[in-house]
Amino acid sequence: MRGYILRRIAYVLPVLLGVVTVVFLALRLIPGDPAIALAGEKASAEQIEQMREALGLNRPLPVQYVEFIGRLASGDLGRSIRTGGDIRQELIENFAPTIELSIAALLIALAVGLPAGILAALRRRTPIEYGTMIGSLVGISMPVFWIGLMLIYWLGARAAWFPLSGTASAGLDIPARTHFYTIDGLLTGDFAVFGDVLWHLVLPAITLSTITMAIVSRMARSSMLEVLGSDYLVTARAKGLSARTVVLRHALKNALIPVVTVIGLQLGALLSGAVLTETVFGRVGVGRYVLNAITARDYPVVQATVIVVALFVVVISLVVDLVYAILDPRIRYA
Amino acid sequence: MAGASATAVPSPVDAGAQAAPSLWVAARRRFLRSATGMLGATLLVLFGLMAIFAGQVSPYDPIHQDFRIEREAPSATHLMGTDEFGRDVFSRVVWGARVSLQAGGVAASIALVAGLFLGMTAAYYRGRTDGLVMRSMDVLLSFPYLLLAIGIVAILGRGLLTAMIAIGIVYIPNYARVVRGAVLSVGARDFVEAARAVGARDRRVMWQHVLPNVLAPIIVQATLNIGTAIIDTAGLSFLGLGTQPPTPDWGNMLSAGRSYIIDSPWIATFPGLAILATVLAFNLVGDALRDALDPRLL
Repeated sequence: MRGYILRRIAYVLPVLLGVVTVVFLALRLIPGDPAIALAGEKASAEQIEQMREALGLNRPLPVQYVEFIGRLASGDLGRSIRTGGDIRQELIENFAPTIELSIAALLIALAVGLPAGILAALRRRTPIEYGTMIGSLVGISMPVFWIGLMLIYWLGARAAWFPLSGTASAGLDIPARTHFYTIDGLLTGDFAVFGDVLWHLVLPAITLSTITMAIVSRMARSSMLEVLGSDYLVTARAKGLSARTVVLRHALKNALIPVVTVIGLQLGALLSGAVLTETVFGRVGVGRYVLNAITARDYPVVQATVIVVALFVVVISLVVDLVYAILDPRIRYA
Repeated sequence: MAGASATAVPSPVDAGAQAAPSLWVAARRRFLRSATGMLGATLLVLFGLMAIFAGQVSPYDPIHQDFRIEREAPSATHLMGTDEFGRDVFSRVVWGARVSLQAGGVAASIALVAGLFLGMTAAYYRGRTDGLVMRSMDVLLSFPYLLLAIGIVAILGRGLLTAMIAIGIVYIPNYARVVRGAVLSVGARDFVEAARAVGARDRRVMWQHVLPNVLAPIIVQATLNIGTAIIDTAGLSFLGLGTQPPTPDWGNMLSAGRSYIIDSPWIATFPGLAILATVLAFNLVGDALRDALDPRLL
C-alpha cells in the first residue's frame, strides 16, 4: 500500500507543477505587452503599471516564475487590484461556501442516484429501470442554470416552499468562523440560524446535484449488473442464500466500489456547476468572486482562484484514488 | 432447377459475405433499427433545418424591440411570449438555434482536431512523446472545465468566438485520451506492421491506415461532445462571457430571463427547453451510435 501511495504522489507532483506553470504562462505569453492587454486599451498608464506590479510582469520571465512558485509555496497569493485585500483570505471566505454547496449536492446525488441505479439493476425491464434510465438521460441533458431557474419559479415563487435566492435571510447575523455557513450556523448554537442557512441551501444543492445524480445512477446500475452476473454470486445463490442476503451482503459492497471513482471524477464538474448555480441563486462563492474579478480586470484574483481550485481538485482526486485502493485491493496490486 | 438450387444454396464465400457485412454497413443497420437513435436524429434534423432556415421559420425580427408589448405571455400572436424588450421569444429561440448549434459544433471541432492530432501522436510515437502529451492532458483535466474556460475568456476577452475556443480547449484531453486508446489497440495489428514493412512513412501509416480504423469511438465521442459543448458555451453566455446581446443565444436569453423569472417565466423557460431537446437529441444519437459501432455487439 505504501508503494502505491508513493507512486500516486509521484504521479501527482508533476501535474501540480504543470497546473501552476500553465496558469503562469497563460497570462504572460499574450502577444505584445501583457500588462496593456490585461488592463485594457483604455487603461491609464497608472493602471497599466499597477497591473504590471501586481502580476510581477516587470521582471525577466524565469525570475518571475521562480518568485511565483516561491510565493505560492509560502501561501502568498498576492493582493486584489479591485479590493486591495489579501487574496488568500478572500478565497477562503468565498471558496468555503462553494465547497459546502458542492458537498450538499454530492450527498443528494448519492442519496437518490445510488438507490435508483441499484433498483434499476435489480428490477430489469420494469418501469423502475426505464424510469431511471430516462431520468438519467434527461438529467445529463439539462443545463444546471436552467434547472435552477425552474426550481426558483416552481418551488420558490409558486409553491413558496423555499427562498428565491441568497445564502441566508437578509439581516441574519452569522459569525464567520469557518465560512461553511451551515457549520457556522451550528457553532452559534442558534438552530434558527442553522435552519435558515440550510433552507437557503436546499434549492441550489438540488440544482447542482442533477447531473451527478444522473451519472451516479447510471454507474450504480451498470456496476450492479456486472456484479450480479459474476461467478461468486452464482455460487452464493447455489448455496441457497436468500435473494436479499445475496444482494445486501455480497453484491452491494462490490458494486459500490466503482461508484467511489465517480466522486473523484465528478468533483471538477461539481465545482464548475457550482459557479453557475451560485450565479443563478445569487449566493456567495467562488463563482461570484471570479466573475467580479473578470469584470474589474482583477487578474491576480483570477489567476489565484484558478490555481487554488485546480490544486484542490488534484489533491482531492488523489485522496479519492487512495480510498479506492484501500477499498479494492485489486487496484493497488495492479 | 439447377439454377434454382444454385440461388437457394449460396456458396461459402457468399454466405461469409452475407454473415459478416462491413462494420459500417452493420452499424448503419443497427442504428436505423434503434428507435431512440432515430428519434434523436429526427430531432437533430429538425433543429438543423430550423437553424438553416431561421429567416423563414421565425415570424418576427429577433432583435426588433417593441416596448408596447414587453413581457407579454405566450399567445397565438407570440407563441412563446415576448421578452423584456418586447422581442418575440420564439423568433429568438429559432435564431438562437443557429448560434448555439454553431457554438457547440465549432467548440467540439476544435477539440476533435487538436485531440486527434495529440492522441495519435502520443500513441504512435509512444515513449517520451506519449508521456509528455498525456501528462499535459492530465494537467488540463485538473482544471474544473468552467473555471479553465473562464480563465481563457479572461485572457482572450468576452465573445462567442472566445467562448468556442475556450470550450474547445477544455475538451481536448477527452479526445486525446479516446484517440490514444484506440490507436494503441490498432497500432499493434498486422496491417499496420505490413504498411510499415513496405516502407510507408509514419504520416501515411497514421492517416491512411490507422485513422480509418479508430473512427468509430471518435464519432461517438464527437456526437456526445457537441451536446455538452452546447450546454457549456450557453453557460459562458449565461455568465455574460460568451455571445453578447442583442445577438440571440440560448445562454444569454436564459441570463436575461433570470431577472424576470417570477413574473415572466416564459422568457427563460423556452430557451432552456430548446437546450434540453437539442442536447437530449445528441445524447440519444450518441448512445445509439455507440451501440451500433461497438464491434462486440455485431
